[in-house]
Formats: sequence, structure tokens, C-alpha cells
Amino acid sequence: MKQLESQPFQSKLNLNSEEFENNKSSMLEMISELNELLDEAEAGGGPDHHKRLAARGKLPVRERVFHFLDPDSPFLEISGLAAYKSEYPIGGGAFAGIGVSSGIECVIFANDPTVLAGAMHFYSVKKWMRCMQIARDCRIPFIQFVESAGGDLRPRAGAAVGGMGHFAESGRQFYEITELSKLNIPTVTVAFGTATAGGAYQPGMSDYNIFVKNQADVALAGPPLVQMATGEISSREDIGGAKMHAEKSGLAEYLAEDDLDGIRIAREVMSHLNWDKEGNNPRFEINPPKYSQEDLLGIIEPSLKTPFDIREIIGRIADESKFEEFKPLFGPTIICGFISIHGYPVGVLGNNGMLFPDASQKAAHFIQLCNKRNLPLVFLQNITGFMVGKDYEQDGSIKKGAQMLNAVSNSNVPHLTVIVGNSYGAGTYAMSGREFGNSFTFLWPTAKIAVMGGEVIAGVMSIVRRGQAARKGLKFDEKADAEIVKNQQISHDKGSKALRATSVISDDGIIDPRDTRNVLGMCLSIVNNKEVKGSEGFGVFRL
Amino acid sequence: MTIKKLLISNRGEIASRIIKSAHGMGISCVAVYTEADKNTPYVREADQSFKLSDSYLNAKEILEIAKKNNVDAIHPGYGFLSENANFANNVKKAGIKWVGPSANAIKKMGDKITAKTLAEKAGVPTLPSGSSAKDANKIGYPILVKAAAGGGGKGMRIVKTSKDLKESIASAEREAEGGFGDKRVFLERYIEKSRHIEVQILGDSYGNLVHLGERECSIQRRHQKVVEESPSPMVDDSMREKMGDAAIKLASKLKYESAGTVEFLVDEKTKEFWFLEVNTRLQVEHPVTEEVTGIDLVKEQLRIADGESLGYDQSDIDWFGNSIEVRLYAEDPNNDFLPVTGKMISFVPADAPLVRWDVGIESGSIITSDFDPMLAKVISYGETRIEAAKKLALALENSHFGGMQTNREFLIAVLRSEKFLKGATTTDFIEKEKLSGEVDLSEEEIKNYAKAASLWIQGLNRKNASVLTNMDSGWNNARLPFQEVKLSLKDTNFVINYKKSRDGKFEFSDSELATVYEWQDNFIDVEISGSRLRSKISFEKNLLLIHTYKGDLLFNVLPKFEVKDSGIIEGGLNAPMPGKVVEVQIKKGSSVKKGDTLIILEAMKMEHKVSAPSSGKIKNILVSKGEQVENGQTLVVLD
Repeated sequence: MKQLESQPFQSKLNLNSEEFENNKSSMLEMISELNELLDEAEAGGGPDHHKRLAARGKLPVRERVFHFLDPDSPFLEISGLAAYKSEYPIGGGAFAGIGVSSGIECVIFANDPTVLAGAMHFYSVKKWMRCMQIARDCRIPFIQFVESAGGDLRPRAGAAVGGMGHFAESGRQFYEITELSKLNIPTVTVAFGTATAGGAYQPGMSDYNIFVKNQADVALAGPPLVQMATGEISSREDIGGAKMHAEKSGLAEYLAEDDLDGIRIAREVMSHLNWDKEGNNPRFEINPPKYSQEDLLGIIEPSLKTPFDIREIIGRIADESKFEEFKPLFGPTIICGFISIHGYPVGVLGNNGMLFPDASQKAAHFIQLCNKRNLPLVFLQNITGFMVGKDYEQDGSIKKGAQMLNAVSNSNVPHLTVIVGNSYGAGTYAMSGREFGNSFTFLWPTAKIAVMGGEVIAGVMSIVRRGQAARKGLKFDEKADAEIVKNQQISHDKGSKALRATSVISDDGIIDPRDTRNVLGMCLSIVNNKEVKGSEGFGVFRL
Repeated sequence: MTIKKLLISNRGEIASRIIKSAHGMGISCVAVYTEADKNTPYVREADQSFKLSDSYLNAKEILEIAKKNNVDAIHPGYGFLSENANFANNVKKAGIKWVGPSANAIKKMGDKITAKTLAEKAGVPTLPSGSSAKDANKIGYPILVKAAAGGGGKGMRIVKTSKDLKESIASAEREAEGGFGDKRVFLERYIEKSRHIEVQILGDSYGNLVHLGERECSIQRRHQKVVEESPSPMVDDSMREKMGDAAIKLASKLKYESAGTVEFLVDEKTKEFWFLEVNTRLQVEHPVTEEVTGIDLVKEQLRIADGESLGYDQSDIDWFGNSIEVRLYAEDPNNDFLPVTGKMISFVPADAPLVRWDVGIESGSIITSDFDPMLAKVISYGETRIEAAKKLALALENSHFGGMQTNREFLIAVLRSEKFLKGATTTDFIEKEKLSGEVDLSEEEIKNYAKAASLWIQGLNRKNASVLTNMDSGWNNARLPFQEVKLSLKDTNFVINYKKSRDGKFEFSDSELATVYEWQDNFIDVEISGSRLRSKISFEKNLLLIHTYKGDLLFNVLPKFEVKDSGIIEGGLNAPMPGKVVEVQIKKGSSVKKGDTLIILEAMKMEHKVSAPSSGKIKNILVSKGEQVENGQTLVVLD
């Protein structure tokens, strides 16, 4: 197999330094916090609910997904810590991710029946929508394991089912399932339990339905609602039983004996999909990096105040650590270059400081080039924003920054974004943040995402207050202001924590830095289910 | 005219064996085969091969092939037509050399009653015997009922008391008729503590006769030999001379040519010996004689058939060391040594210790119920008997083969037993010793091999992956269960759960750790809890054969998903082996008592009774007379 001709990156990291040790131990601490939260997510609705599930001969959601996956194949969970510190249990009542079943990469969304009987709410619907977006963007089959009481109708969940807004804004998820079908993206539903009202449209809009006997209960309205609406008295089986749907309504294509049998049938369905990837297979020989993945734990100092060389990360995720740097002597605060990850050639961009005008221009150039070469882009974010100040404004900071934003926005190759440190303001956008159409966003535990740093924001507010006081001729209370600055900074820093971002599913999850290469490798394979084709054109470049 | 082309009217191991010697003499070989043997190795080893329309007993067709292809000689091997005097005669009449004794000798010795009379005339001691039930009292119990035309234990019954005599004679007759087309049986005194010792003879057409010493074949199950050796631990020089003389006396009376064997029954206590029979052919166990005398018996047979003289006399014969042969069978020692069938998913004899393998099968061979279930003969040579036994046991342990139950573990147990090593090998050895046919490993060891097998399957899963092939095995960032492999080994189930850790080690759910050093599609090198296992592995469908230091374990890899409605019939009585239904002794609705015979199956020309496991009514009979049934097929449903 072919190989990249470039030379391996030479690390300058001192693995024996106190600094490295400190960084590593605080990173490990953060990871252990994440692990505790993952345990909490796994516990779902708690042991009593799990016992009840087991008593009915049903499997917990993670086992359902596990048995669906090919043995020993990899699985990438999406937004595992959704709903962190919300009114809902962590995980958002659903388990979702990307895996391989019958040799086909696919995305799976599964209700956790132990959490509010799988009722849908803001977090679970957003996670669900995200899964369907992945299916659409990456062109991979979408599988849903349904067991849901329907929308969470309790008043505290808000007026709308599945959203924070009005009911009139809801329902997009059903539209999306149909869209996938239209795009030749297979949609497979296994109904393990209740799917009533809105939930009934999950199987309703799917290509394939597998209903589990004596468990699936799929109806527009259950017996109480029917009685209220028409006075008719009916049984659950009459209205929505699996057997009824297999024999009478024709909603169920396959009737399964139990959970495992339903999963078995779903695997059979996967195996007939006649699925080929439209993109590429790995192009280069896959050898591990020269440096240990363990080193990634000690690179970043948790307050993010100490600068570090982003190339130390690049060198640890690239195959054989080979890195061909592009324009190393120009605009040096952005690092651009060519590497391969798990055999896939990519362009990589990483921050080694603020975005200066030259750096923006260099990045715009590089992104265009990668689009011409059909190379996916990996963004490693540690960015506090565009450089401000007289000299830089005069040098065209906005104009040149806009060139980069234009290139990022209109780039058509898949973007994989990993926020390893800061992600502030327009820097977030320029480095292909979530809202700039990237394919995947992952956070390191050290990530901080906000409009700007807590210290800056608190300081700015203080300057504003001081100005107001001066205009009004009031005496400025230094002591009170210092207190406000301190609190604002604390609250802002908390709000910018990776966990807060991941809670609202504004990313695909927080990852262990040591998994970065595997996560990116997996995502590169996933995005290649669709042909990787660079952009034919960009917006007007303000030159 | 010298033999340039030889037809072998036989199959399997012996056909391969004959080809080897013939090729060594520059003789071209012609094989014949039936549909069931189309993939058997000897067919390819021969220089020309011809398909028979039905069976190896089709003398006419075989002779036609020989004539049409200008064959100079026919070697019949053992079994089939080897002791068919008519065939020998017809071969000679066709101007083709017969590799074996004269038709006359075959005919005389083929009838056990005539043979016995002749032996008595030659002054060779014989056992008291008779031809029908009325001679029973004269002979005295226990009595052995034997088929007159028989051999190989077929049509043989031991009768301990007079009340069983009639049924035994009837069933022996039935078996004899089915096996040899000749229902005649005779009765003989049965010596309980005895040994089976036979003398190999060799004679040329000029009247030169030698004996090549004895073979002991006392270790038998179902009256068939499983372990054979030369010399016998019981026989000293003077006894050898006495037995050899007796054999030569009989042989010269027969003007015996070619290789033959005079069998004796020896009383364990008195060392008296009685003539049993003469086998007018090459014996299955001939290799042990070859090993200790250095004489290639097949080569000698071919030379003799070609009209050469022996060129040596008795004084030139000498014996060195000890040789032991075991017969490897597809059979279940734990189920009355009943034959089993299946696919030999792998057959890789050990590189060391160096022993002789006379094999008729190979990896992938299908073992059917068409023929005798012997897979191979394994022959060792040692300076001492104990060395030969140990080498043979170790070679069996170090070989990688299986796919169905075999008697390997049983043979190892025999060879390693103190009693065998001491030379206490009487014919009741197997019955008395009750040796295990199970692989001799501790539960913990077996569990470790189950773990190794699971990790091998893991490697296979990764190798077979079509996407994300380079990801670490089972990598994930979620809270997912450990990977699971379910295996069964006979009646024991194993559920192995593991997860690959970040450091590359595999962690099992019992917290034990494993490191895989090497994975190949037929091998794994793994360290499990400090124990290094380097195992050959063969895998086919759901069967995983893993080699251990005590032989192989055949795991059944259980499917992750069970398809419901397996079709298991409640109260169903299944065939214990594949075979043909020869008798259905019950009717639908009839009541049966526990132990009653319901159905008689025949496999490998042996009858097996299927009896009621409990009393009850016959709800249904699913087979009929003459039907071929598979192992495990439901025959009868009891209420």
C-alpha cells in the first residue's frame, strides 16, 4: 500500500517535566469525572426501573444496541452526556451512536425505557434529530430502537413536544425520517414497546418495521384517549399490538419473538441493504503514530493560560506521526498541513495563537486547496479569536478573517472539529464550529466554548460600568465591582465548560484525548459513505 | 513378465500404503473408487484412477478395469475382496498376477471350520467347538458364537448362560448374512482371561517359509483391535519359537505363498495357545512387524507375486526394539465406542515425536457411515516398549485433528496407563480398565482454552470486518457490555466475556488478563493469566477445533441469536449414530417397558439396539425399515 512521503513530526514535549505530570493528573481527574457521569447515564432511570425491565424479559438499551452491532466492531457514542445538570437524567433518556451492523456503518438512536418510560423531550428529540442529521450528511442507514411513552406532556417540559418553543415548531423529526427514505438512506425501526401518538410515526415513516410480540404497542391513541375521543372501549392489543400490526394493519413487516429476536431480524435487514460506500477506503498503510496516545493527557494546562504547540497533538493523531506542514513560515499562528489518519489523507488546521490577518489568509488558501484535492479537513481548535487592535484592523483583520470564514462556510469536504482548548467568539466559527456545517464536533475535557473568556467578559462589563458611573457622576464602588467581576468570571467559566456545551447537544460529545485518533479515524470512515467532493465555488472573496 | 502396473482393489489408508511401497519399486498404480471416495487422497496418489459403479465388492467391474488398462497385478489390501477365493482365481485366469496366497489357501482358511480341522491335522492346538446349540454343553460356557465366514468382530457374540444362546445365534446369523452373505455360525469356548497373539508368516512360490514373529492385539473393543504391538510383552524367545513353528507347520501344509497371519488365543495364566484362524491377506496391523523386523511386507508381497524367491531364511530374521500401533477411529468411547460421522475439519499429524502415520484421510475429509470408521493408524518405534508407548501418546497429543468425536483421548489413556506400560494387556483390558475418552485437562485449563478460542474468534471478526478494519478490537467510548462468545464443549457451556483495554490487553469478566502475541487464521499465541498457550486452530461453520497439549478440544460456537421454534420433538428418541434401520420392533400405539428394544440400526455392518428409556406408549414412529438415518434423527416418539 502507498504511504505518505512526509517525515514524522519531532516532538519537543518533555514527558518528565513537572508541568507534564500536573497537566496529566488534572486531565485524568477530568476523565474520571466523565466516567462517573457515563456510569450515571448508564444507570438511566435507576435500578428499580432496570429490574422492572428485566422482569419483563426485556434488555437494557445498551444491550439492545450492543447485540445489534457486529461482534468486536467499534462504536462511537454520540452525546452521551446530554442533559447534564438538566431537569432530566443525564443521557437524555436515549442512547445513540455510530456503529457497524452486518458490515454496514450506521447510526442508531435508541430510547432508554428506564427513563420516564422513554418519553421524548427537548434533549432526547435533539439527540434524535442529530442522529438523523448524521445519517443524512454521511449517507448512512438510520436505525431506531423505539420504546417511548411519547412526548413528555408534563407542564414543566414546556409547551412544545420536543422543543423549547411552540408546538407549531415541533414535528420536524417525522419529516426527517421521510426525507432520509427519499434520499435512499434506509430507515429501520424496531419497536420494543410503546410507541403511541407522535411516537407511532417513528415506525409509521420508516422503511422497515420490526415489532416485538406482546411488547410493541403502536397506536395513534391508546385505549384511554380512544375512549375519550369516540367512546369506544378497546384493548391495547386490538389497537396497537405487534401481532395485530403484522397480521392486520400491515405496519409491521417482521414479527419478533422477543428483544433479541427483534435485534436478530434487524441484523438480517441490514445484511440485505446492498450497501456500498460512495467515498473512499483508506488510501495509505495504517501504522500507529510514533508517539504514545498517553502523551495527549499532559499537553494542555487546564486553565488554558499556558500556550502549547498544537503540532504536539497533530503528531500524535497522524499515522506514523507524518506531517507535511503547509506554509510554516507564513501566518504562523495557524498550523496547516497534510496528514493521514487511519489511512485517510486529510488536511489539518490547528491554532497556535490568535488569528492574525496573515493566518486567516493562509487558512483560507489551505481550505480552498483541500477542496480542490477532495481532502476532508480536521480542525483542532484552541482559539481565543481574531486579533484585535489598531494595527490589525488596519491590516484587514475583518477582510482577511472574512476570507477564512467564506472558505470554511462554503467548503464542501467533510469537516471534523475537535475543540481541545479555547473556542471563543468568531474563532469558533472560523475553525468550523458546529453552526458552520461541520460533520462532527468533539470536545476534550479541557474545552471552553463561549463568546469570549470569562476574565475578558467580566473585565469588559466592569469597564462599561465604570463608564456609566463616570457619565452619571456617581462614585464607583471598587469593592462591589471587584465582587461582581469575580462572580461573573466564575459563572461564565462554568457556563463555558465542555460539560455545559455537551449537555445541550451542541457537539457530539466529550472524548478522552487518548481516543482522538480513533474517533477521527472512525468519523473519516463514516463520512466516506458519501462521496467526498470539494466545493465547486465559494462566495465572493473580499480581496 | 515383471509387474509394471498394479491395480489396488481397495480404498483409504491401505490403498495409500500400497501405493507408497509400489511407487518405491517403480510400479505404476491404478486406484478404483466409489462415489463416496471421490475426494479420498489415495485416488489422487495413484497414477490412474477409475470410478466403480457401486462398490469395492464388484469383482467383475474391477477385473474389467484391470484388463482394459493392461494391469499386471492386483493387490486386494485387506477386507473387501482380499479373502475372496473366486476373485483370486478369476484374476489369475485373466492372466493377471494376484498379490496374495493361492485361491485354494484362501478358500480353506476362509472357512473357519475347515481351517480348524486343518490346523488340528497339522498338529496345532485348537479350542473346543461345535456347530450348533446342541454342542453347547460339550463346549462349556462361556461360549463365543462366530460367523463362519467372518472376521473383524462382525457376527460375533459372547454367550454367558444357556438362556441367551438362541437369541445370540440368531442375531449373529443375521449380522453374518448382512456382512458376508453367509449366515453360517459356529460355537467355540470363550477364554475370559486371554490374549490375542498372532504370527506373521511370509512364503514364496518355491516353498520357502519364514515367520516374522508375533503381534499382540489383545486390546480390543467390540471384538475389534485398537492397539497392536510387536513383540508381545508376554512372549519370550522360546514361546516365539513355539508359536512360529506352529504357524509354519500350518503354512507349509497349505503351501502358503505371500503374507499371512496365523492367529492364536493365549491363556493369560498358563501361556497355552490355541489356533484361532489364518488371515490370508495383509493385516491392518502389519506395520508393527515391519518396524521391528525392517521388512516391508507390501514390497515382499509384490516380489513374491512377481515370482521372486524370498532370498532369506528364518535364521536371517531378527527383531529390534518395540513397535506399537494404535487405530484411530471416528467413534465415541463414552458411548460404547459407537461410530460417529462428520467432517474432519483438520488433520495435521504432529511434527514430533517422529512416528509413522498410515492415513487414508486428510483435512476436510467427510467421514460417512459408508465404510469402517478407521481414520488412521499411528505406529511408533522405540528401543523399549515404554519408550514406544510414550512416543506414541505424545505424538497423538501433539497432533491437531478433529471435527467429530474420535478415540484419540482413549488411546492416549491406554498408552499412558500403568497397566498397559506394565504389559498387562489381556483381551478384557478395555472392559476392566474403564479408561476415559475425555481429554485429560483440568477445568481451569479447559476454561483457558475456551478463552483462547474466544480471542481467536475475536481476531477472525476483526479480520473479516469490511469497514473500520484498523480500529482497535471492540473500541468504543460508551458504556457497552463486554464482548461475548458462547461456546459449548459437549454438555458444558462457556460464556466468555472480554474487553480490549487501552493498553492492548484483553480483560475478561472474571478480571483475568490476556495478551495476544500472535493471531493467524489457523493459530493463536496468547498468554492468559500467565499461562502461555500456542494453539493451532481450525474453524468451520460453528465448530472450532483448538489444539491443547493433550490433544484437541472441539468447541461448538453457539450462535448469538437463537431462531425460535427449533423443531425439537418432546419425548423423541434419537438415533445414537447414523445407520440403516434394519428392524422396527414396535407399532404405533403399542406399550413398551423400559429397556425394550424398539428399533435395530445397522451401521458399519454392526447392529445396534435402540431401546426404550422409560415405559410408555409409542406415540409415533418416524422411520421405517430400510431407511438411512442421520445421527440424532428422531426415530420414535414416546408418550
